[in-house]
Amino acid sequence: MKRGKAFVSTFLFALFSYLLLTIAAGQSMAQEAPWSHIIWSFEELIIGISVSLIVAALADHILCRTENFRMLNPVRWLIMLIYTIPLFIEMVKANFDVAYRVITGKIEPGIVKIDPDLETDLGITILANSITLTPGTLTVDVDDERSEMYIHWIKVGEDPTENIAGRFVRWIRRFAE
Amino acid sequence: MTFTWPIILIIILLIISVVFNILGTIGLHRFPDVYTRLHAATKCTTFGTIFVTFTVIAYSVRLYILTEEAKFINMAIHTLIALIALLATNPTGAHALARAAHKMGVKPKKAVRDDLKDADQHKKKTVKKMVIKKDKAQGEVN
Repeated sequence: MKRGKAFVSTFLFALFSYLLLTIAAGQSMAQEAPWSHIIWSFEELIIGISVSLIVAALADHILCRTENFRMLNPVRWLIMLIYTIPLFIEMVKANFDVAYRVITGKIEPGIVKIDPDLETDLGITILANSITLTPGTLTVDVDDERSEMYIHWIKVGEDPTENIAGRFVRWIRRFAE
Repeated sequence: MTFTWPIILIIILLIISVVFNILGTIGLHRFPDVYTRLHAATKCTTFGTIFVTFTVIAYSVRLYILTEEAKFINMAIHTLIALIALLATNPTGAHALARAAHKMGVKPKKAVRDDLKDADQHKKKTVKKMVIKKDKAQGEVN
């Protein structure tokens, strides 16, 4: 059962990547359809499916090592897609803040410890990358055992856990935990 | 060339990207140490580069509407994939640089507080104590 799930998820991921890379790359069979030059031709689909099957059969134990298949739920992927919107808004706000600091030179840097209380590897990775993507904060180190993070903050303020990570943690807990 | 609204949108996106890339470069010169420089050099330039990819997407969509050639849709999708790769790899690279700098013992300049240094010192002390205990235990056995 576990092997089958790993096989199917590797197959779907490989097929999705193949279709994304070859979109609009050729002419389809139905010339008169309005989207015929965008979608894939029949031959392309056959080649994509067979290549993905070969990849999944050969490499599913390398590409899909997880024990927990909670991310197969499409609702989690939808929430992850929606999560990019608040992330982008935070990026815009924080970028103007850092631009202001670049021009004026008013900085009070320091390394603070936060405790986001996330359990899974995926959640910690996404949180660390989100923190690094929003300017003004930079993940320096992660404590593997206790899920504590050390953040370099360009303007040290009060209550680092809530101010840096609070809004991200609430979103990430919805899809990664 | 006439300035229709898609052209104006593309020019605005390009201006935003260039402004943020310039700010990142200025920050690289103004900030005092490696960590604050990493902020300027990776973050502002990431934001600028995101807007460069937005410009390419907007430009190719405009060309597709004008010419209806499928290769421009292909270009937009490939730029989107490049954007996803950028968002995944750029923070990882910045994190690796900062972690390597801290492991090499580079201190953050002008730092108001440094929790990681305290944690490292605490860890070193406990490791030392454990080593001493081990030595003593071995000595007793011998």
